[in-house]
Amino acid sequence: MRPGSTAAACTAVLRRDLLLAWRRRGDAAFPVLYALIVATLFPFALGPEDALLARIAAGVVLLTVLLAMLLAFDALFRPDLEDGSLELLLLAPQPLALLLGMKILAHWLTTALPLIVIAPLLAMMLHLPAPAQPVLLAALLLGTPLLSLLGAVLVALTAGTHRSGMLLALMLLPLTVPVVIFAAGAVSAAEAGLPHLAPLLWLGAALVLALVLAPLACAAALRIALDA
Amino acid sequence: MTDFLAMGGYAAYVWPAYAVFFAVLAWDYAAPALRRRRALRELRARLARQSVRKGASA
Amino acid sequence: MNTLTLWLHKLGSPPTFYRFAGAVRPWLLAAALLAGAIGLYGGLVLAPADYQQGDAYRIIFIHVPSAWMGLFIYACMAAAGFVALVWRIKLAEIVAMECAPIGAAFTFITLVTGSLWGKPMWGTWWTWDARLTSELVLLFLYLGVIGLYYAIEDRRKAARAAAFLALIGIINLPIVHFSVQWWNTLHQGSTVRILGPSHIAPSMLWPLLAMALATKLYFGASLLGRARVALLAQEGGKDWVRALAQPEGSRP
Repeated sequence: MRPGSTAAACTAVLRRDLLLAWRRRGDAAFPVLYALIVATLFPFALGPEDALLARIAAGVVLLTVLLAMLLAFDALFRPDLEDGSLELLLLAPQPLALLLGMKILAHWLTTALPLIVIAPLLAMMLHLPAPAQPVLLAALLLGTPLLSLLGAVLVALTAGTHRSGMLLALMLLPLTVPVVIFAAGAVSAAEAGLPHLAPLLWLGAALVLALVLAPLACAAALRIALDA
Repeated sequence: MTDFLAMGGYAAYVWPAYAVFFAVLAWDYAAPALRRRRALRELRARLARQSVRKGASA
Repeated sequence: MNTLTLWLHKLGSPPTFYRFAGAVRPWLLAAALLAGAIGLYGGLVLAPADYQQGDAYRIIFIHVPSAWMGLFIYACMAAAGFVALVWRIKLAEIVAMECAPIGAAFTFITLVTGSLWGKPMWGTWWTWDARLTSELVLLFLYLGVIGLYYAIEDRRKAARAAAFLALIGIINLPIVHFSVQWWNTLHQGSTVRILGPSHIAPSMLWPLLAMALATKLYFGASLLGRARVALLAQEGGKDWVRALAQPEGSRP
């Protein structure tokens, strides 16, 4: 790769973010522990009966992962905003959308992937029926990048404001309704033994769409938030 | 007139619905008036301060 | 350019718009009240009772027009937001941001009247019927735009960011509606479909259309009023605003 080319810049950004995350790999545990604790609260609140827990297991795991990602979104742009490297990214000659795509990928790898790794553990704790386990994993593998892409656009919009956590939730959660519906729909269809491919395909289609459009929207949102 | 008000026994649902409709729209129409008064008051205060400062510096 | 585009272009300048809005607003409100009175008279008095729901269905004359307005205003907000983002017209930003509270008000009315109508028909205040649920998500979209607009200090940047969120929202509206419909059929059986009259008798239809016209006229009046006040607040530094504030200040 010629130095200064787009590919070189993208790999540099990705390598930098992963290196930073690796140096502080303890932070990667926070979303995981958060999801674990929230998932264990449900039996305390609703009682330990297996039948009930099995009924709500998929929804609990999905929403816990969604909320854990919501909390982790703050770390996407804020550190770079504070030390000014985000402005450098804006001024870089390479296309901003691709660079931001790399940052979103790095963010997904460091926060959502650990959550996907422990999701089967959570599902097992909540007695999710066996046939639904692989479908839950597939739904998460398709849903979490979609949430990361969508959330990145909204985090970029609020990059300028401080303490915007609650605002991000108010803006993001209505937009994640379709993702939650199709992911939970796929798993509940699998539990009932019904064909569950259609909702997963919808999630896949939305993911492909978001993969192309979200980085562009994220770049536009960042330009609005930072240099208007 | 009374059976009109009774609304076929559903008065307890129809009239509150209409009350909410008119109340929310009335509030929506009146809200800018308060904002306008506050904006003008702040503007006049700023103008007064500026004229005092101009007077003092002259 | 011909007179129309010249007039439209001049309308872009705040003082001209301020005077134009001030002049047109009372007429719009009067027309709205007139159309509303006719519509309600037709709906509440002339229209016969429904064979199934009795008189409870009369809530339709404010519920359905408000639902239409919720979506119509969101479309106006997204359109004005698009103009504001692309051409950076200050007035388009103000119009887009002042649409949001009106749209939220109509969506809130839709939810409350829908719930009040649902109680006698379905026996509960809230059911996860596909339309009511989509309407609730629409309300959250509105609140997200309003929240973002007030979270950012700089008015111009806040308007552009919130306009961008409105555009993201308008793309998501059909997706949310489709997914809620799909979700509702997945858990079907919760509601009997008598809320939406598929075949509506003409005597019930024209009051509905009159009310739809009345709510649109009202939207115009309210939007112009809000835009005037937002202009005053934002253009404080300009001398046309000072001239406006001055004589009112001199009165005792």
